[in-house]
Amino acid sequence: MEELAKALTIGLNNGLIIALIAIGYTLVYGILELINFAHADVFMLGTAFTFYVTEVIVRVLGIPAGSGLALLLTFASLPLVMIFTAVINASIERTAYRPLRNAPRLAPLISAIGMSFVLQNVGLVLLGPSQKAVEPVLPRTDILTFPNGASWFGLDELMVLAVTIPLLLGLRWFVGSTRQGKAMRATAQDREASGLMGIDVNRTISLTFLIAGALAGAAGLVVALYYGQTFFQYGFQFGLLSFTAAVLGGIGNLTGAAMGGIVIGLIGALSDRFLEAKWTSVIVFTILILVLIFRPTGLLAEKQSERA
Amino acid sequence: MTTAVRSRRPAVSNPFASMDPRRRRIGVLVILAVLAVVYPVAFRALESTFPFIPWPGTAVLITCATFGILALGLNIVMGFAGLLDLGYVAFYAIGAYTTAFLASSHFGIHISWWIVVWIAVATAAIFGILLGAPTLKLRGDYLAIVTLGFGEIVRIVFRNLGDITLKLPDFLGGQMIIGPNANLTGGNVGINPIDPPTIPIGGPWGDQIVFSNQNAIFSWYLVLALMALTFLICVRLRDSKLGRAWMAIREDETAAAAMGINTVTTKLLAFSLGASFSGFAGAFTGAYNTAIFAETFNFNVSILVVVIIIFGGIGSLRGVVIGAFVVQYIDKTLLPFLGDNVVNGPLQSLGNATGIQLLTDFKLTTYNYLLFGILLAIMMIRRPEGLFPVESHKAELHGIGVAAEVTAGSADELAIAEEIAEDIVLADDVEDPRSAAEAALEADTPPSQIRDRDLPEDTR
Repeated sequence: MEELAKALTIGLNNGLIIALIAIGYTLVYGILELINFAHADVFMLGTAFTFYVTEVIVRVLGIPAGSGLALLLTFASLPLVMIFTAVINASIERTAYRPLRNAPRLAPLISAIGMSFVLQNVGLVLLGPSQKAVEPVLPRTDILTFPNGASWFGLDELMVLAVTIPLLLGLRWFVGSTRQGKAMRATAQDREASGLMGIDVNRTISLTFLIAGALAGAAGLVVALYYGQTFFQYGFQFGLLSFTAAVLGGIGNLTGAAMGGIVIGLIGALSDRFLEAKWTSVIVFTILILVLIFRPTGLLAEKQSERA
Repeated sequence: MTTAVRSRRPAVSNPFASMDPRRRRIGVLVILAVLAVVYPVAFRALESTFPFIPWPGTAVLITCATFGILALGLNIVMGFAGLLDLGYVAFYAIGAYTTAFLASSHFGIHISWWIVVWIAVATAAIFGILLGAPTLKLRGDYLAIVTLGFGEIVRIVFRNLGDITLKLPDFLGGQMIIGPNANLTGGNVGINPIDPPTIPIGGPWGDQIVFSNQNAIFSWYLVLALMALTFLICVRLRDSKLGRAWMAIREDETAAAAMGINTVTTKLLAFSLGASFSGFAGAFTGAYNTAIFAETFNFNVSILVVVIIIFGGIGSLRGVVIGAFVVQYIDKTLLPFLGDNVVNGPLQSLGNATGIQLLTDFKLTTYNYLLFGILLAIMMIRRPEGLFPVESHKAELHGIGVAAEVTAGSADELAIAEEIAEDIVLADDVEDPRSAAEAALEADTPPSQIRDRDLPEDTR
């Protein structure tokens, strides 16, 4: 029972992280009908950025890793990570996807695969070929423990919730209630008509990529601190999980992507705990294939999906 | 794609242009065949005489030809039928593992490779059908992801089945069903050794010819023959009714269905035939290396084959074979050569001087996929038809250029058309450049129409 509770806690945390990345896929797919293959590698660069931030804080500034100041400074860098990845994501759109906007569908997808490999190699340059340990900035103090003293819910897990949930709600508000969000929804529905109605389509698409990139950057910071390590192949690993989450929720559907992320996170954690970790990705891919075969609109698809 | 009017290329004078095209083709083939046979024998001499040239070793050539088979197979799926398959490596792995299971001491089964190869081909084809049947109705980009997922599943399953422990849950009695730690696929250690193909012909090399990596020259001849066979089959397929059906689907699936083509069966045939060639290549690789490891069948292999096809010219048989040799040569010979002789040394000493870890450990070959990633994006943006495109694609692209220029009121219509016709002649069997020029002019439709017609979706 305690094992189950612990697995669910981990699953929820992983799920919220996956949701942040999945929303990036869904936003871009909604507006361009493009699977942004490089999206998860942008996230990976976010983990790399965080790694260097903590290195600077601990090694250069000499602030001890466990101290409150280090934690505060790391969190203060959250906007920086988000700007960094947002700019990368938008630049990729500008250079590699925009010239192909009217090309056959598979052309930008192949270009995106190319960019994914480019970013992966940038990660390889920044992080080296093996996993890099991130300074333990985040104290793993327990908040809730089981009666037998085992850890149930820690400060690190609270941090994941504190970053991801406000971002998810904020995005929902932005897309649903602001003028820019309305422009995004309009562009997703009909790009040409939106252009005729006076919406700057290029700007809206750039904005979409900025937002997707920023969310991926936030996920990068959370992963680097929560997992305590970063790796240049995190992009590929998290990418497939997140894409599955986006498909599960009905790609193009924001709420769906968030729910899908949580479901995938829970399934992954349960499989890690009760089956074997080495089979988890097989289970996730099987879910992906089954969903695409039997319900390509997604499990949580609404009739009129809220596409952004 | 709104194909921009590209600047006209200067007319290239072709020394073969006046020759009978069929003769010319046979001539080129004979020259290539002689080179292929002689090169590995002359390799050592060449290397010691001109050490400053990065000569590819025979082993590299074998990889080139293996990827030639893979590229020809994937070209059926991507180039002919217009379906993006990102998990092509799965069938390569299935072919290799089938060979390993049936021709090694792993299960103690030792069937001759010459029989096993066909079993491997059939197995890969069956898996192609199993994956394709439910998924081929999906749209292009979803299919890409499904196949990617399948590729990963196959790799992980082959890796994990090396160590299976299947137990009933405790409340059902907790009996062991499989295992503990049963080994089905060799897991991370792989399967080793696998019986290589042999022919009982004696000679200076021993009492039989063994086609393994111990005997690279003979293996090179074998894989070359396999690639030639694949190429011939692909030519026949392209020119068959089935081939035309594939291309019709690629250009416009709805129209093809309306013309009475069963699109599901036709696409499925493309998928399983493509898979079978991958299995064919896998059967060779496994037996030639006499060992296989699950981790070598990773996503990068699938992408490398896609890079080859995009680089060589999607849909172009000649293009993808040239692409396979060029890309593999760059990957396996040129980059290591440039790294060892030009780039690594200075950068590493710079790293030692400055203390930058990144430079100290610098190896050019580490960043090969950076090059391929950039190549993919640039090819898609600048030259989506590839470097050695299909004649029809090229003509179509240039035809749009002509139409636009002609309506723009340019005076030298025929000159331009002639030049284009010559371009086509360079690559195709059009007898007379003049008549081709006239045909090119006749085919000239108003640019607006051409733009509407556009280039087929999913072909680039």
